Amino acid sequence: MAGVRVLVGTKKGAFVLTSEDRATWSVAGPHFPGWEVHHVTGSPADPDRLYAAQWTSWFGQLIQRSDDGGSTWEPVGNDFSYAGDPGTHLWYDGTPRPWAFQKVWHLEPSPNDPDTVFAGVEDAALFKSTDGGRSWKELTGMREHGTGDTWQPGAGGLCLHTIIIDPNDESRMYTAISAAGAFRSDDGGVTWKAINRGLISNPELPDPDAEVGHCVHRITLHPARPEVLFMQKHWDVMRSEDRGDNWHEVSGNLPSDFGFPVAIDSNDPDTVFVVPIKSDSEHYPPDGRLRVYRSRSGGNDWEALTNGLPQENCYVNVLRDSMAVDAHDPCGVYFGTTGGQVYGSADGGDNWEPIVRDLPAVYSVEVQTLS
Amino acid sequence: MIRVRLPHHLRTLAGVGAEVELDIDGPVTQRAVLDALEASHPVLIGTIRDRGNGNRRPFVRFFACRDDLSNEDPDEPLPEAVATGAEPYLIVGAMAGG
Repeated sequence: MAGVRVLVGTKKGAFVLTSEDRATWSVAGPHFPGWEVHHVTGSPADPDRLYAAQWTSWFGQLIQRSDDGGSTWEPVGNDFSYAGDPGTHLWYDGTPRPWAFQKVWHLEPSPNDPDTVFAGVEDAALFKSTDGGRSWKELTGMREHGTGDTWQPGAGGLCLHTIIIDPNDESRMYTAISAAGAFRSDDGGVTWKAINRGLISNPELPDPDAEVGHCVHRITLHPARPEVLFMQKHWDVMRSEDRGDNWHEVSGNLPSDFGFPVAIDSNDPDTVFVVPIKSDSEHYPPDGRLRVYRSRSGGNDWEALTNGLPQENCYVNVLRDSMAVDAHDPCGVYFGTTGGQVYGSADGGDNWEPIVRDLPAVYSVEVQTLS
Repeated sequence: MIRVRLPHHLRTLAGVGAEVELDIDGPVTQRAVLDALEASHPVLIGTIRDRGNGNRRPFVRFFACRDDLSNEDPDEPLPEAVATGAEPYLIVGAMAGG
């Protein structure tokens, strides 16, 4: 069997897609109908423990928790108060602006403890809960590491959208903030350093040595080789061999190196997936053709994966948290679009099928490997 | 007894019907009603008023007896009809797309 549970956050609720064979699917939801669900994810330590970040501009932020794999949910803590006087960051016009909580973008459960979960929020900050989401405490070393007062929002806001915990060493963590850049902690999130050397963001950021100011869209790593990171930046697909201390470009022959998600095959740390998007002002695939690109060599050489994906008149986007891989062999790959489709491949990207076609705009896709 | 009418999403969240009934000791003001509502249904904390400063969330409106009280002093007494339960205090999601 090749059981999986795909967790989908959308603009109008959450959906749980379940399959025992990655071919036939059952669809449950919408959960939290009418609410924006930026992220739904599961605990690696307990697959029945799920967390969801639900929000509307009307009623603000809620965190929901499930202890039965998404059948029932319970609202838990939603107090994301910054510690102390939060000070200011920069606004779009370059003026100081007081830090103010807006919403949760990403939830990252601990690999080992289902009650420990991290939250990345807008305005950019990192929170941690050790009681299953009932209470949250800011890890102030992220926001106060030294450059925070110079951070400026990207188009989507000043959001901490990526949190990675090294599965082999839980004290090593990575975050990414738009538009500040990538950061690493080697002490469980207490202290942080910017890791943006080698990122080039011309013409928006003319200084090639700028410590922060980069619009990092997504970072990922493979558990078998955690020192190697892959990044989809605003423009450019990047790779680091040294836990982010230095980056080099591996965009190679991609038709566009703009995009949002990046994922790695669970069975091969050199097999990487991205979804090229035409440009930062045209958030749809080049030529109206939805193509996942796969590199089997850790970047630079990319092949288009098109079987089962629309190859004409397709103008959807795939957002940063909307691609995930399962742990089966061959690896299953899943992604959702702003047009409401969730596509799945049970053979490492060679062939794709829509699992659902008509959901609200997809904000996030995560997958749990069940059996 | 004060009657408070909630918008659809908050009824679902709090697991209540269209109206919540509250008993309030002392002056019946908007602040007293909202404090009592949040005390009886803690899941609503932060959904109507900002957690940090206690201000009304931008897309939430308050009405009573056909009057928009959204920008009124939260410590002013509510109309007698609300204080006696003859009329409900309305919490409304603002008209806004999305």
